[in-house]
Amino acid sequence: MKLERRLQQPWWLSVAVPVGSLAFAFAVIAVVLQATGHDALETFRDLVDAGFTGNGAMSATLISATPILFTGLAAAVAFRMQLFNIGAEGQLYLGAVGASWIALQLGDRDATATGLYVVAMCVAAAVLGALWGLIPGVLRAFARTNEIITSLMLNYVAGLLMTYLIFDSASYWRDTSTLQARSFPQGKPMPEDSFWPTLGSSVVVPLGFLVGIGVAVAVWVLYSRMRFGFEVAVIADSPRAARYAGMRTRRKILSVMALSGAIAGIGGASQIGDFTHTLDGSPTGLQAAAFGYTGIVVAALARYNPFAVCLVAVLIGGLQNAGFFLQGVDFPSGLVGVMQGIILFCALGGELLLRYRLRLTRSRSGATVAEAPS
Amino acid sequence: MDGITKRFPGIVANEGVTFEAAGGEVHALLGENGAGKTTLMNVLTGLYRPDEGEISLYGERVSFGGPRDALDAGIGMVHQHFRLVETLTVAENVLLGWHRPRFWLGGKPGRREVREVSEALQLHVDPDARIWQLSVGEQQRVEIVKAVFRGSRVLVLDEPTAVLTPQEADALFNTLRVMAREGHSVIVITHKLHEVMAVADRITVLRGGRSVATVAVDDVTPRSLASLMVGREVADALRVERTHALGDAMLELTDVSASGDRGGLSLADVSFSIRSGEIVGVAGVAGNGQRELAEVISGMRPATDGTVRVDGRALRSGDVRRAIAAGVAHVPEDRLGTGLAPSLSISRNAVLKTYRGPPVARGPFLLLRRMTEAARSLIARYDVKTTGPDAPARNLSGGNLQKLVLGREFQGSPKVLVAAQPTRGLDVGAIETVHSYLREAAAEGVAVLLVSEDLDEILALADRVLVLYEGAVAGELEAESATVEELGFLMAGGARAA
Repeated sequence: MKLERRLQQPWWLSVAVPVGSLAFAFAVIAVVLQATGHDALETFRDLVDAGFTGNGAMSATLISATPILFTGLAAAVAFRMQLFNIGAEGQLYLGAVGASWIALQLGDRDATATGLYVVAMCVAAAVLGALWGLIPGVLRAFARTNEIITSLMLNYVAGLLMTYLIFDSASYWRDTSTLQARSFPQGKPMPEDSFWPTLGSSVVVPLGFLVGIGVAVAVWVLYSRMRFGFEVAVIADSPRAARYAGMRTRRKILSVMALSGAIAGIGGASQIGDFTHTLDGSPTGLQAAAFGYTGIVVAALARYNPFAVCLVAVLIGGLQNAGFFLQGVDFPSGLVGVMQGIILFCALGGELLLRYRLRLTRSRSGATVAEAPS
Repeated sequence: MDGITKRFPGIVANEGVTFEAAGGEVHALLGENGAGKTTLMNVLTGLYRPDEGEISLYGERVSFGGPRDALDAGIGMVHQHFRLVETLTVAENVLLGWHRPRFWLGGKPGRREVREVSEALQLHVDPDARIWQLSVGEQQRVEIVKAVFRGSRVLVLDEPTAVLTPQEADALFNTLRVMAREGHSVIVITHKLHEVMAVADRITVLRGGRSVATVAVDDVTPRSLASLMVGREVADALRVERTHALGDAMLELTDVSASGDRGGLSLADVSFSIRSGEIVGVAGVAGNGQRELAEVISGMRPATDGTVRVDGRALRSGDVRRAIAAGVAHVPEDRLGTGLAPSLSISRNAVLKTYRGPPVARGPFLLLRRMTEAARSLIARYDVKTTGPDAPARNLSGGNLQKLVLGREFQGSPKVLVAAQPTRGLDVGAIETVHSYLREAAAEGVAVLLVSEDLDEILALADRVLVLYEGAVAGELEAESATVEELGFLMAGGARAA
């Protein structure tokens, strides 16, 4: 059996492979479920119901999908240039710090100021996220440091910074107004006018999700219709060809890292504005969700396509929610993890078939190695 | 080795080659790049299987299924790029992969044996030193110890001096002679004449995949070797006399120096100028600064010293974009990977240098339809055989890749064209096309710098020839009166060896 690279990808393959992978995943899950004494069909029905079709399920799914939509886009824009920014996690924290700061600064205004809050929070978050992303960017561009390591390490720094702001200091973000707040550290509550509005009634769509869709469209335009994306594609494919064409690779590394950080940062703003309305610095809060890391999976599944990221974010969000719903006395949470794992594993494994094809060959014994003139 | 023939798709690398090395001699295998030296030795060391012919070792016919068989039969190879684990010690590297000791490489008996072998050959390598601490010359000695330790009686060295300083090279030659005295057969692959004269007992010359002659070193001079090495009849018919007049100096280099990829100077005080409409050939054995020269002019490699002027105006060193704007077109040695982005579509590659402005871009936006149109007209004008502008560049064949690159480079109506190995690996038809494009460019007043290892090509196209040897201009000749022998002599550093 041999894997060989496909020279051309038939168009239908990009549909058939994900669908096939998913079908295969569910077949494997069915076996696992039956083996552990659960009714597979019943479970699947519950899964779809809890994740997507049930009463209020879609609204909950969108809440889960929003942050990973941002981190997924953040990962996709960087990965497209073979720039492995693993730091969306930390960049999102910094975005949350920035957004909560500006919201607190603006203080109480009237209800018509919502637009101002949203814009100001997004801008502050994007700037802080971009700056945080620029640290590994600068190191990569000028010191040739591996951005995977530096961006990953900065996630811990960002997490500790957030914890420090709420737990270990009397910072601007910490609520010290009451005795209770002084003994049980928590962030200052945001002014109510800064709460981001939602849309829809039967399915509640958070504003952040729509902002994310907007970002996805913008990313698509930037990467498919603009010089910026052209340069990214050339640099990703062949850095030498990029240099040959006079592209400034270092500058591009900085812009892409800043862009990636900014998008993750806006994800942090959405967390504050849409959901938490306070900076939750505890290790069990924002940090426990691991949005940044899930975003990498989302981006990989979406093959770094911004529109596919939107779709995949909703899918993964739904799966996560369904997981919470499924687990119970006779359904251990471990089994939920196994199911999610199998789905991701098959989806990512299917990727291989998109780029390579299997060919059955009889291996010649003593075949010569690498027959090419050196 | 008798009647060895080895074919690769599209080319015959070795054709009926006969080669014989005796015990106790240093035998040089001399030839130009692409003469089939490395292929022949890869056959000997079991990496390739010959399509025809047989190999005998000490009178016995052998057949190798792989490198392991050759190694067991006593044939060792020191590659140009060393096969050493940098973080391990010398002894560990020598013992690694050997059948004993089985698990623990750091044991005393092993270290002692390694020391004994290295002392016997006067190689003086410390078995406990780690590879990364050693100089390149010392690493090479480790490779030799490794081969000898494993019982090699025939040792092949592929261009062993390419990475060495002259002093290290002299030390290496001493070692090789010691080994020959001990009864080993030492085979040195090289294309440097002075080395051959310095170290070899006998010499086999390969040319165009065939063995031309085997001679004793006492019977030859560097000059006669050079003519054996490159001595083809120049096909006079190929040369087309220039009909257009030359203009003013278009490209001028003044004392240009540049460093190489591995550090060190790769270009040393190179000065020359090319007039508008003139084709100047750069001859030289690979690795003597030609690639760096092309890169410095195109801005891909900063010059450490000196200036490059195009049409009288100095270029900023290392700035590709300014060089492009000044009218420098570049056909790089590495078409797919440098000249083209392999996975991107032909239409994207067609605008690789012009995507910044009209007609294919408006402000920061790309006009995709215009890009496709540009690609289509390029495909039609330069006869690129492809399924369409959306096909990835890597699907094109070698000749079509080159047509695409040439077509793109000509489109900006350049003033200077740097063509590095523009016909390497192409078939006859494609070579002719490329040649006619280069002549056309010159006729339109472009100053063409043609870097090539194919002397016939240079003599057929160029008005003047520069010979580069170790980064410096070793000679400048009028192409019309230059002979291949003379060029070969200069290319192989003959001026120094004589």
